Amino acid sequence: MKLVVRGGRVVDPSQDLDGFLEILIEDGCIAQVDEKVKGIRGAEIYEAHGMVVCPGLIDMHVHLREPGQEYKETVRTGTLAAAAAGFTSVACMPNTAPVIDNRSVTEHVMKEARVAGFARVFPIGAVSKGQKGEELAEIGEMVSAGVVAISDDGFPVSNAELMRRALLYSQHYDIPLIQHAQDLDLSAGGVMNEGEWSTRLGLPGAPGSAEDVMVARDVLLAEDTGGRYHVAHLSTARSLDMVRRAKAQGLSVTCEVTPHHLLLTDEAVSKSGFSTNTKMNPPLRSESDREALLNGLADGTVDAIASDHAPHHTDEKDVEFSVAPFGVIGLETNLSLCLDRLVRPGIISLSRLVELFTAGPARVLSLPVGTLEPGSPGDLTIFHPNRPVTIRAKRFRSKARNTPFEGWRLRGRPVATILGGTLLNRPKN
Amino acid sequence: MTQEGWTRKDLIGIEDLSVPEIQLILDTAESFKEVSERPIKKVPTLRGKTVMNLFFEPSTRTRSSFEIAEKRLSADSLNFSSSTSSLSKGESLVDTALNLQAMAPDLIVIRHGHPGVPHMLAERIPAGVINAGDGAHEHPTQALLDAMTILQHKSQLEGLNVSIVGDIEHSRVVRSNIHLLNKMGAEVTLAGPRTMMPVEVEKLGVKAVYTLDEAIKGADVIMILRVQLERQSRMAFPSTREYFNLFGLTRERLKRAKRGVIIMHPGPMNRGVEIASDVADGPYSVILEQVANGVAVRMAVLYLLAGAFQEAA
Repeated sequence: MKLVVRGGRVVDPSQDLDGFLEILIEDGCIAQVDEKVKGIRGAEIYEAHGMVVCPGLIDMHVHLREPGQEYKETVRTGTLAAAAAGFTSVACMPNTAPVIDNRSVTEHVMKEARVAGFARVFPIGAVSKGQKGEELAEIGEMVSAGVVAISDDGFPVSNAELMRRALLYSQHYDIPLIQHAQDLDLSAGGVMNEGEWSTRLGLPGAPGSAEDVMVARDVLLAEDTGGRYHVAHLSTARSLDMVRRAKAQGLSVTCEVTPHHLLLTDEAVSKSGFSTNTKMNPPLRSESDREALLNGLADGTVDAIASDHAPHHTDEKDVEFSVAPFGVIGLETNLSLCLDRLVRPGIISLSRLVELFTAGPARVLSLPVGTLEPGSPGDLTIFHPNRPVTIRAKRFRSKARNTPFEGWRLRGRPVATILGGTLLNRPKN
Repeated sequence: MTQEGWTRKDLIGIEDLSVPEIQLILDTAESFKEVSERPIKKVPTLRGKTVMNLFFEPSTRTRSSFEIAEKRLSADSLNFSSSTSSLSKGESLVDTALNLQAMAPDLIVIRHGHPGVPHMLAERIPAGVINAGDGAHEHPTQALLDAMTILQHKSQLEGLNVSIVGDIEHSRVVRSNIHLLNKMGAEVTLAGPRTMMPVEVEKLGVKAVYTLDEAIKGADVIMILRVQLERQSRMAFPSTREYFNLFGLTRERLKRAKRGVIIMHPGPMNRGVEIASDVADGPYSVILEQVANGVAVRMAVLYLLAGAFQEAA
């Protein structure tokens, strides 16, 4: 089985590649990347003229809801959405029912992913048993089953002693600890960012400092322990600053940001008329936070863009703002949003964007993907850099519809996804 | 009475209203006031119209005020309160709304603990929706009746100094009042404990001060807010005694007030917490006038919305 992709602009930040190159995939792996690849007899040819070709994209923070909440999303529908949107790898969070806190649940998720065959799924295991924040989960067992990181996402690791212990213990397996950084006392009751808009709307606010005090504490513990610490969906200027300083200090501290925190502010809660699709955790922040995050993309502080794809059923979201569950989906809007709102206005380069979706998250999670180095898995994403698209949730492959970007007109869209040398569905519409 | 200039289906908040719309409601209310002074307090204006009062939070004053306004306008009204609604049976708000709409009411008056609920209803059902208070967001008829009351004592709102004192954070009354008074050209000063002052409140076009004396000084109107003890998930002050010492309005402190000052309170009052009885019952107090004007304002709003509904239908 050979596949040649040619005629496109190949961008692979892991090797500083950016040029018109051909790619040969053989037996599921990258075989050659060159101006003219050799030995293509019998190969299927994909003509990518006018397109950008890059390593298969990685979304390092998604919720696939399986096992336990299959009415929201399944491994199958979540990875189908990923494939349709140009993502060949996703890392899924353990807040399922039961929690991914042991070998058998890890294996179940991986098996469902293999059966579906739409994307590589890298499970993230729980830090603590049942994500209860008490005892460490069997991290080694989970790692041997395929877990690439640990996180109690959705539930911050509040206990500083447990955090310290987890940062120490996780080093035996050289995996990062991903923290949903939030001080639960400071954020208690908050349903949106505390600021002008929560004041106007009369909604209880959660201050940015709820995130900041946790990041500050954790960075100190990362320094003490030498553990790998990653801030999930970082949303404030001050937390970003602390990550920037920790990096300068040489600590193993990384972070990701979401497209919604990069493109929306808390004003959206008002503008959308209390739409529950503007409710997520951490909440949409202020304009100055948003601008800081954009700077963090450009200056290299941010390691990855991740969607925090959080599917919820329409019935759950179609309720009063205060009682709606937190979370929005993002897999099927990630790429177009970032191409149109980050690359087109020149906030970051195309190659930097590709890095944030490939080499960046691959480095954070030590994944074998996200590169076109010969021998790597033959995963490619082919996208058109400026073909127009309008976001329509009803066309999503995901089971969920909870996007704050409905109706946005964007330029740039995924065209084809190649997973292990196999051309998957080409997005319709 | 003219309905000219009124095109809205709903009254969700003061923030959306224009100055002429506010003026129209106040003028209409003024003309309805006389109905409540007649021996037979009833006009046939809304005969054949159905008004539903949906109160998902306890309320005596506002609900009675709406009910009386509806009856004096000859509307058919019925009441749902949270204890008798289907919500306790786990029905979603949207389903409740659709079911009520199936009974074809002309207007729905809603009080709900969560901000945004009246907006949510208004978007989904053709009946006119009147917000009777949504969480700490807005309470538009309260601000309108407050304006009407002030105008009975002051010639205009423009240029007046209005101080609002107390639990700013949990108050929907304050948000509606800020919008209304700002639009009408008054200067608004907020005062209260720092732990009850919402962040970035200055961005709403008001001044924030943290002593009662600063709030009293130069004020033409002092509005005392109810300390919403039931809404404090975390006590913002250590005891009601300490609150009274810092922000309780007493006769002694009122000595520093401007001549002709009026004292308002949206009720229900916690006597001895935010206001001393001799002030509440004293000569500057216009608190009971507020209640009387509430009926007139609500008659005006019901009348205008019912008319707008008819034209749209």
